[in-house]
Amino acid sequence: MHLDNTMSQRVTFNNKFLPYLLLAPQMLVTLVFFFWPAYQAARSSLYLPDPFGLSEQYVGLENFTFLLEDAYYRASFITTAVFSALVAAISMGAALWLAIMADRIIKGSGIYRTLLIWPYAVAPAIAGVLWLFMFNPSIGVAPYYLKALGYNWNHVLNPGEAMGLVVAASAWKQVSYNFLFFLAGLQAIPKSVIEAAAIDGAGFWRRFWTIVFPLLSPTTFFLLVVNVVYAFFETFGVIHTITAGGPQQATTILVYKVFADGFVGQDLGSSAAQSVILLFVVGILTIVQFRFIERKVHY
Amino acid sequence: MSMVEKKGASVWLTHIGLILGIAVMCFPIWFAFVASTVTQQDIIRPPLPLMPGPHLIENYKRALLEGVNAPVWKMLVNSTIMALGITIGKISISIISAYAIVYFRFPFRMVFFWLIFLTLMLPVEVRIVPTYEIAAGLGLLNSHAGLIFPLIASATATFLFRQLFMTIPDELVEAARIDGAGPMRFFRDILLPLSRTNIAALFVILFIYGWNQYLWPLLVTTDPEMNTIVMGIKQMFPSGDDWADWPVIMATAILAMLPPAAVVLFMQRLFIKGLVESEK
Repeated sequence: MHLDNTMSQRVTFNNKFLPYLLLAPQMLVTLVFFFWPAYQAARSSLYLPDPFGLSEQYVGLENFTFLLEDAYYRASFITTAVFSALVAAISMGAALWLAIMADRIIKGSGIYRTLLIWPYAVAPAIAGVLWLFMFNPSIGVAPYYLKALGYNWNHVLNPGEAMGLVVAASAWKQVSYNFLFFLAGLQAIPKSVIEAAAIDGAGFWRRFWTIVFPLLSPTTFFLLVVNVVYAFFETFGVIHTITAGGPQQATTILVYKVFADGFVGQDLGSSAAQSVILLFVVGILTIVQFRFIERKVHY
Repeated sequence: MSMVEKKGASVWLTHIGLILGIAVMCFPIWFAFVASTVTQQDIIRPPLPLMPGPHLIENYKRALLEGVNAPVWKMLVNSTIMALGITIGKISISIISAYAIVYFRFPFRMVFFWLIFLTLMLPVEVRIVPTYEIAAGLGLLNSHAGLIFPLIASATATFLFRQLFMTIPDELVEAARIDGAGPMRFFRDILLPLSRTNIAALFVILFIYGWNQYLWPLLVTTDPEMNTIVMGIKQMFPSGDDWADWPVIMATAILAMLPPAAVVLFMQRLFIKGLVESEK
């Protein structure tokens, strides 16, 4: 998407009403379901409803100061950071490893690609159910074998194991996506450059770190942003199905907390303030995406 | 690197590494499939065998016709309506807005453009409570319209069409005007046919996006008969200490994966094109 070019030297049609008519459906949906709710969220973040929801009182930034002093909310920031870093690192690492191997194959790479990309189609919530089944403390296959090795797995009680499980399910689902982009990135690197290095006697790993990895860095950076956005906003289904944010809020990421406080806890002022904070997070991520990725990524 | 290293052992190691990777990636799905072909008794006495059992038809029939809270066939119908509604809705409203922005000059054109751009920064997750209240106020709870409309604005699709339109030579517009074709005729006879591949690629990506929605259906559908399959599966787990009906749940998981997986497998080229373009 190039937002900077001027789009002025176009041949155009002259019609006074038609363009507004064409824009009307998009604008209607946008105003009713995007801007009005966003305004409502911003407004109610400054108010505190009474316990019966009959009236509300203007409290200024009190919801925000209360939030920022809340130990659970601050913990949720750290949880989100740890969760996103692990999901991005694991899914990108695994995908890069698979892409490097797939790039080395001449015959049959199409079959490998097909088999590796279709988990992309699995919804996060379904990925959650699949991993929950494998790691269910009483019937799961993994806890069964772990027990044989002398380890008692119970992610329902153990915060670290709960985090490990939601990270594994979220990362697993994202490998396909990262694999496709890494493979495309690798295939775009001119083979002559690598062959020249090989002739100079550089081994595989040396070639990888000195030539391939730097040339791949635009792809890597692009995927990093995409994976962080994914971990922040699209993993709700994984967390809701596997842990519901527990145990002791160990897997309550920011988006999950907006939901839990707004719908389950009915703490509307706090939930609205959290929405506004998230809005800034999305804003920053969007700007990063447009400022830095636009011109630098080429496939 | 393929031209550099083609020594026998190294190639075999690469194949083995890839096969191992694929095994790890596909295992959770295979295991779910196995679980959907055995009985509850087989499942609650781990370990589960790695080969399918004989109860496939029985379990899928029970899931589709009875389910847990609602028959799964109803959830499949709801998911299909939602996914198609979101896909067709997003493509339709985006292509006409992109057309308006590229081919017309009118006051506040750039304001509209930036308003559409700003929706990128407002995912459902950020505005769930107020959006829910608006949907409730409009009487959209537990309806297909409620599942579809709040999700169909699309900045990404609008930009994609805008970019495509800007690559179409001006001569085509001039020729159309000389022939006396009005703006809607130009849109229908020239722009739409030229956008066909892009529409198809976008269709594949948006169908998967729509099918896999979770949070929004969770909020707007409280009636089990209106649940979509992806969000309904969580509702199939008992809330207390009862045993979950694993064979039926896993059959439902497989059914929930089939349509988007089929789309990825059978329309692979369009899928990759759509993915690369919509994320750029």
